[in-house]
Amino acid sequence: MSAVFAQLANATSLPWAAVPECPLPELARATAAELDRGGRLCAWFGVPEDAGTRVVAVLAFDTDNTLAVARSRPATGSYPALTAAHPQAHLFERELWEQHALRPEGHPWLKPVRASAGDAPALRDFFRVDGREIHEVAVGPVHAGIIEPGHFRFQCAGEEVLHLEIGLGYQHRGIERALAGGPHRATQSQIEAIAGDSTIGHATAYATVLEALAGAEAPLRAQWLRLVALELERLANHTGDLAALAGDVAFLPTSAACGRIRGDFLNLTALLCGNRFGRGLVRPGGCRFDLEPERLALLLGRLEPALAEVEQAAAWLWDAASVRARFEGVGTVFAQQAAELGLVGPAARACGLVRDVRYDHPAGWYRLAQMPVAVWPGGDVFARTRVRWLELQRSGQLLREQLAAIPEGPIREEAARPRPDTLAVALVEGWRGEICHVALSGADGRLRNYKIVDPSFHNWIGLALALRGQAISDFPICNKSFNLSYCGFDL
Amino acid sequence: MFVLDTIAHRLKRGCETMAYPRGPAPDLPDRHGGTLRVEAGQCPDGCRACADVCPTAAITPRPDRGIALDLGRCLFCAECVAACPAGAITQTGDYRMAVRRREDLILGEPGQEEVRLAAALDGKLRKLFGRSLRLRQVSAGGDASAEADLNVLGTIGWDLGRFGIQFVASPRHADGLVITGPVSRNMELAVRKTWEAMPEPKLVIAVGTCAISGGPFAGNPEVLNGADAVLPVDLYIPGWPPHPLTILDGLLRLLDRLGEPRPKRMRS
Repeated sequence: MSAVFAQLANATSLPWAAVPECPLPELARATAAELDRGGRLCAWFGVPEDAGTRVVAVLAFDTDNTLAVARSRPATGSYPALTAAHPQAHLFERELWEQHALRPEGHPWLKPVRASAGDAPALRDFFRVDGREIHEVAVGPVHAGIIEPGHFRFQCAGEEVLHLEIGLGYQHRGIERALAGGPHRATQSQIEAIAGDSTIGHATAYATVLEALAGAEAPLRAQWLRLVALELERLANHTGDLAALAGDVAFLPTSAACGRIRGDFLNLTALLCGNRFGRGLVRPGGCRFDLEPERLALLLGRLEPALAEVEQAAAWLWDAASVRARFEGVGTVFAQQAAELGLVGPAARACGLVRDVRYDHPAGWYRLAQMPVAVWPGGDVFARTRVRWLELQRSGQLLREQLAAIPEGPIREEAARPRPDTLAVALVEGWRGEICHVALSGADGRLRNYKIVDPSFHNWIGLALALRGQAISDFPICNKSFNLSYCGFDL
Repeated sequence: MFVLDTIAHRLKRGCETMAYPRGPAPDLPDRHGGTLRVEAGQCPDGCRACADVCPTAAITPRPDRGIALDLGRCLFCAECVAACPAGAITQTGDYRMAVRRREDLILGEPGQEEVRLAAALDGKLRKLFGRSLRLRQVSAGGDASAEADLNVLGTIGWDLGRFGIQFVASPRHADGLVITGPVSRNMELAVRKTWEAMPEPKLVIAVGTCAISGGPFAGNPEVLNGADAVLPVDLYIPGWPPHPLTILDGLLRLLDRLGEPRPKRMRS
């Protein structure tokens, strides 16, 4: 590790003054060198200071199980873009330019990420392919189903997609900006609504990062409850994805069954905390609701049949040659592309990349409950579906084990006050992949800067690549096989 | 092989669609708590314990005594219920909370301890939509939770289609617009265009606290604080997100399909 970076573990903090600093071009060079030797960019963002902006880089070294941070001196103007050689930085650099006017020289596609043009995002020009046979298809922001808004611009030759550009920003609610100076009265609720289907994931990252700022840790039983809730969230969403994927290839038995079983898993979360999406459960300092023996027995009694049913419904799916024919070889992302683009979560694991925060950077109860990483080679719709199925099985098995060995003790302690001028990082493996929260406290102990990276921020480009050379009619199953968040990206 | 498997499975399970509304409604989870009831007469003088813990400033202490609780801003976290020293705010366990007018969500005045549930559409619209309602959904800054529970209504357990209610792909085919989310500024144009593309007469239904008031995002300059900043809203369905049962109750109430005697509106 170069001297430019300081090492730290997931869910820990570092005094801001102990984060090594260097000029911005130097930081860009050092970051590029670390990416070359296998690092992964978790976050790259600006912190305003004096008349300039300090850039903070957070890297993950998965095989070493460590993270690394560094910062630049306050800078203005421009610097040599990372993206030119390291595509995984492309959105981070666009975002930095949009928010802090630091121009990455040599960025091949510098345009806004979520900026507003009044009543719609300022998306500007889309990439265009010219030629007599080329036609352009524009879809969205409003889509045909009950789904979030985003704009898709396809460049096609006949049925074949040559290029897809995805324009987002429609869901922008100003969450990061509103966090500065916080936590405020509504902060916890805004965090729980970063992406509603990942409430537990984001709330756990937020609680963890605040606890790390304070140098504290939640009681063990609360960490265990967070694991239970996070795996229930994974079960519900992966089951819903099996339903949606089956539905898109008109395989109704699995679609109908999994649509309902997903509700059974959501209801287990509601059994725990009253809310089907886990709102109100996770708080800095612990959890608000306990799993008493009677409730635990009820939960176990309902979990087993739901797991058995999803197993059966998935077996129909894998048994059907018509399904395999529609999934195999469609929407392929190659392992090298996935690595270069920094994909995370099931989308990365379906390209054969062994990458899972629960395994690589365990925090909370995952330090005591390791599970194997579910990987499938291939990179196509089949692989992404298959990884979800493997994860369903493993999450089910993990829950069986964990629900049989309950730690005693309190579930919540008074949240300690964050220490001043401290930087903390939390990674959580949400069902879509790596959720990264980076918090910086100011001299008053309040939040000076808060950075949120939803897994969708890494993965939308994966969907765009998956469509290259595909029939445009395969867009729905490719899209469902990623099932990315619009609001988590737009923040 | 799977053909026989699936048929056997279907036979074993039988019809999975719930009996509601002909039969009893499914139970809410015990920790859900349902809607709120406010007995402001029990408020101690000068007390603002509930207002201090509310994450969205949904509770306004009255100058003299008592409070006004806006269920359209409520996230149902029940912190106020726990904080109240007098038991003035209680959870009723009732899933029904859809209203026709925004002010019907304000609780606290004598006679207004609970929400004033939605009345059905009047004669002509009820005749038009009562047995066939086509809805177009637009998420405008929504976080995909209310959207998910709208999708749930289409699954076999709920089977929204049996009421003649269906979500359609085009605003041209729609009788009503269902909005979720606080209405982000970046979706304002899309929401307006969708509404303008719908034929008259048309309804607007705001689903979830975010769509009613902006929810936890109210006041952020990036959002417009709910659907009625942009469009006239005909039905408000509170919840964060609303339970599917709450949404279904609201829709059926609007269409007069619940089989209850129609509520007599006594207020002026």
